[in-house]
Amino acid sequence: MIKTEQLTKHYPSLTAVDGVTFQVSPGEVLGFLGPNGAGKTTTMRMLAGFIAPTSGTASICGHDVISAPLEAKAALGYLPEGAPLYGEMSVRGFLNFIADLRGLSGERRRARLAHVIEHLQLAGVLEQNIDTLSKGFRRRVGLAQAIVHDPPVLILDEPTDGLDPNQKQEVRTLIEEMARNKIIVISTHILEEVQAVCTRAIIIARGRIVADATPAALAARSRYHNAVSMQLEEPAQLPAARAALSAVPQIESIEVSEREARLTALPRAGQMILPAVSELAAHQGLKLKELHLESGRLDEVFRTITA
Amino acid sequence: MRTVGIIMRRELASYFATPLAYVYILIFLLLANAFTFYLGGFYELGQADLGAFFGFIPFLYLFLIPAIAMKLWAEERKTGSIELLMTQPVTLWDAVLGKFLAAWLFTGIALALTFPLWLTVNYLGKPDNGAILAAYLGSFLLAGGFLAVGSCMSALTRNQVVAFILGVVVCFLFVMAGFPLVIDVFRTWAPVALVDAIASLSFLTHFQSIAKGVIDARDLLYFAMLIGLFLYATAIALELRKAD
Repeated sequence: MIKTEQLTKHYPSLTAVDGVTFQVSPGEVLGFLGPNGAGKTTTMRMLAGFIAPTSGTASICGHDVISAPLEAKAALGYLPEGAPLYGEMSVRGFLNFIADLRGLSGERRRARLAHVIEHLQLAGVLEQNIDTLSKGFRRRVGLAQAIVHDPPVLILDEPTDGLDPNQKQEVRTLIEEMARNKIIVISTHILEEVQAVCTRAIIIARGRIVADATPAALAARSRYHNAVSMQLEEPAQLPAARAALSAVPQIESIEVSEREARLTALPRAGQMILPAVSELAAHQGLKLKELHLESGRLDEVFRTITA
Repeated sequence: MRTVGIIMRRELASYFATPLAYVYILIFLLLANAFTFYLGGFYELGQADLGAFFGFIPFLYLFLIPAIAMKLWAEERKTGSIELLMTQPVTLWDAVLGKFLAAWLFTGIALALTFPLWLTVNYLGKPDNGAILAAYLGSFLLAGGFLAVGSCMSALTRNQVVAFILGVVVCFLFVMAGFPLVIDVFRTWAPVALVDAIASLSFLTHFQSIAKGVIDARDLLYFAMLIGLFLYATAIALELRKAD
């Protein structure tokens, strides 16, 4: 369990985090969202015990980060932003060092090291210097470091930042695999990632929590929630289609993209317009390439509430 | 203490993972020998002791120790690895002490590698080996003092060059504290007790009394307190600035 109560961090020139209160329970994957400079990293650093809060409290599995920092850190695996490592060390040397600091020994140490090396596919680079590794491998070493002691809580600051799409997918799969029995907090500004791996999202802006809900519930706040989007075979039918749609009373507004020959009909609050629109399309003889119901656009919600 | 040992071993191994350690030791030995034989006039003195060597040690250390100390914390802050280290279950004090001890041990290794000088004087004559051992001990303590100062300067900045220059300047003041250069600044206005106190802070006077072969508890205490004080200051500086 992660618990924060009115967590606040003042710097001489700004308030980076301002009265943040939340709880995360086992099995939850919490996505921490927000524009750059919103206070995501500062919050995570306070949870990880790297910087001290100005006021408020935070605890990891019941251990207060200020009064019992070693116990809190022992229950935590943390990947700092940018995954800093000791570049002059070999991957093996580095993992051994972390295992030592984490107090692993004997059979458990051997088993845990073997587990992370296999799981993160590090076997091929064990003897290489970390400085010579690609970004993807460096990130994997950073993740290996965070999970080597099998902590109940994982805090990952932008785990997929700067990785290529394949590598991003690997990291997401890894997070999903670990999610069942751990508490995971990740920060990101990639919204698709939140939809892909998180069970809950907190949006933070200017140091305050501005939204806390499931990704689906957040997306439902979008103007595009339950909007119907259709793409026409023949762009020439666009004006006619538009005119027909604007006659439907449940439709609030219509957006047209000439380039794609696409119409998006936005419903009035709480209305379900898909049956009406599909019936109308058939009636008007519109040739459809595609017709779908939107669940909402997280990026639009994100922009609206953090602007 | 277990954690201190782990951090110290990693740090010491990292010195030898790059050419840095070997280059440093080579330069240290070359300069030590050059000073002893040319500037120190080892042969011309015709004495079976290492006075020519130990006389130059403080000035050799003045530049070479800050060069080792500059990377202690500035590099960790620059690369961000300090965040990795401090979010492991270690205390700040474990880290400060572990890194300091690794650097101190490293300078100890470099110092020990000057043993051919000791073999030479023993071959040429009958030196007072007890006094030489004391002088080695004094040199090691001196290195510790310089390193503690350098560690503190390194914790103040992310820039290793700045850390080096600050280290040299502060170490220079400590070396020169007993000399007119520093003392005259205070003599005109400060009470005699303060001037004496400042003069007694000099690295040089404490080092020289040990190097003469007299191991006085006050000199040992001086170095112990100096190292403790500057490591404490290192911890405070890190606590305030580690995340900047």
